[in-house]
Amino acid sequence: MDFVTPLLIAAISAGTPLLLATLGGILNERAGILQLGAEGLMLMGAVTTCIVFIRTENLGVALLASVGVTALFGLIHAFLCITLRANQTMSGLAMTLFGSGFSAYLGKSISGNPLPGVLPRLHLDFLKPVPVIGDIFGNLDVLTWLSFVLVIVLHLLIHRTSWGLHLRAVGDSPATADVMGVHVRLIRYGYVTIGAMLIGLAGADMVLTVAPTWNEGLTAGRGWIAVGLVIFARWNPVRALLCAYFFGALDSLGFRMQLLGSAIPPYFLKMIPYVVTILVLMYLGYRNRNKPSGTPESLGVPYVREQRF
Amino acid sequence: MKQRGRAFSLSFMLLFVLAVVLAGCGGNNTGGNAGASSEPAATATAGASAGASAQPSGEKPKVAFVYIGPPGDGGYTYQHDQGRKAMEAELGIKADAVENVPEGPDAERIITELAQSHDIVFTTSFGYMEQTLSVAKKFPNVKFDHASGFKTADNMGNYFGKNYQASYLTGIAAGKVTKKNHLGYVGAFPISEVIYNLNAFTLGAQSVNPDIKVDVVWTNTWYDPATERQAAISLLDKGADVLLAYQDSPATIQAAAERGAFAGGNDSDMKKFAPDNYLTNPVWNWGPYYTKTVKSVIDGTWKNEQYSGDMADGMIDLAPFGNKVPEDVQKLVADAKAKIISGELNVFTGPISDNQGNEKVPAGKSLTLEEVLGMNWLTKGIVGTLPK
Repeated sequence: MDFVTPLLIAAISAGTPLLLATLGGILNERAGILQLGAEGLMLMGAVTTCIVFIRTENLGVALLASVGVTALFGLIHAFLCITLRANQTMSGLAMTLFGSGFSAYLGKSISGNPLPGVLPRLHLDFLKPVPVIGDIFGNLDVLTWLSFVLVIVLHLLIHRTSWGLHLRAVGDSPATADVMGVHVRLIRYGYVTIGAMLIGLAGADMVLTVAPTWNEGLTAGRGWIAVGLVIFARWNPVRALLCAYFFGALDSLGFRMQLLGSAIPPYFLKMIPYVVTILVLMYLGYRNRNKPSGTPESLGVPYVREQRF
Repeated sequence: MKQRGRAFSLSFMLLFVLAVVLAGCGGNNTGGNAGASSEPAATATAGASAGASAQPSGEKPKVAFVYIGPPGDGGYTYQHDQGRKAMEAELGIKADAVENVPEGPDAERIITELAQSHDIVFTTSFGYMEQTLSVAKKFPNVKFDHASGFKTADNMGNYFGKNYQASYLTGIAAGKVTKKNHLGYVGAFPISEVIYNLNAFTLGAQSVNPDIKVDVVWTNTWYDPATERQAAISLLDKGADVLLAYQDSPATIQAAAERGAFAGGNDSDMKKFAPDNYLTNPVWNWGPYYTKTVKSVIDGTWKNEQYSGDMADGMIDLAPFGNKVPEDVQKLVADAKAKIISGELNVFTGPISDNQGNEKVPAGKSLTLEEVLGMNWLTKGIVGTLPK
């Protein structure tokens, strides 16, 4: 194979957990609630998957459990931010800290034990003869396919349905939505919970595809990258896909450059994702200087009926 | 203006939280050690000197360990923790262990706290060397033993092992099972410890298969499965069909198993992660050394030696082979292992040249341990350079 196809395959495999977490963050923030807890939620999703998978040896149950546990975390975040109107930055950071510590505590008993299986893959043999497409899509795991479906579903949901209109209204101008008869709190609760579940799924994906064992802190900061990607993608699921794979490709590119005998030190190659982020943000900022940024206008602002801001 | 005010207060909050977080992280490290560090410092100094003077009479010493990771890492720290447990069982004492201690100022603080209430402190990571030395000077009555470093003091020794002997044996197995004569090495950091293991692995493979070439990538991680997986995939994509990783995570083994390639990890037995694709890898066995050292503290015969374990004394061993490693390969490795144990085979015996064509070890000569520990060149057959 050439240089590009393996890089694309690697980009998808490294980008899928980022994509799932970013989609979760987008749903959260489209509803107007900041989500800085991604790192903690991913770890909770990962540890729950490991514990339940090892105990029950049933992958489906393990995935459901991890989604369930992170839904609970999402509900707590929602309760703090929506009902109690707590500071959303604080609540998110609390999720990250609590999730990191609690997952390490829960995982003590199974740390270092192998998982009893891996994610099933879809072998699409009819794609095999097609040159590049067959190599890329012929042998992907089910969560990767789920992430493709989610991108399309969320894109249509947000931009093409009345539910999406309500979601965007709640995130941009909850007072207006409220006047129009939209149940602001219910919608916010719902999307914060679903968003947390997707982020938990991202954690499950990491342990199931990357290294089949639990170890504390195994996400190594990828939750924070997802928080950045939400902004990078300007709260749009399709752009989220491109951004996640772009970062996935950068994860892999450094090693491929080393193997090509490039004289660039690996320390510099490790810097590339962050340098590129700064450059792209500068470029986008310049190009879109006269357009709205895409930020949900009420992001981070609790909504209280009839309160003036 | 309203918006800006909000942004300001948000960022203030963020800073405040970060401060709390950082403070909290520092506090966390002692969390695993409630028993040891919660002893008041006031009584501790008195206790330490009393303990020191009481040693010759055979009283059980207080022992502490400082770990770089969690004992559940299934790798480096796990093996140290197994060693601690073996020592505890052998001598009937209970040691304290502090896990997840970052190298740097935090380490110095924690080593100081432990020194106040213990008779001997084992610091188990290279990056604790300066901190251990500095604390050792302040607590002359406490013994310190530091893993993998090179500095000592009157009351500070160090210990490590020639794990390159096991890397050489792993290389023999890899050189035999490869079909493409193309191996891949997922290097952690380009430091001498990793370099001499990489070189030994390559020399071992070349000893049975002169056409071997070894590709190497540096991840600059000790445990980041997602990054290590990408490194492994890059090597597989370039054509390597046997991989060895120096990190603790099984990510490389998992990636190789997906492609039907052989792979090994480091530090502990990782066969369980992919029994059919597992090769073997070096493992540590610290128990006998910890038992011996603590015993010498009890007997009052402790000296500040620089101990280097090997396959002969059992500190270094090879993990069990994977299911698909052929019998004759296992036999070949076992023969070489016997020669290493008997001293007949020295891994770094010339002629060895580096991959730039310079002769590094002349024929008939062997490197001294000191030269091995300072190694900063890649042997012939390794594709790649050391990052500058």
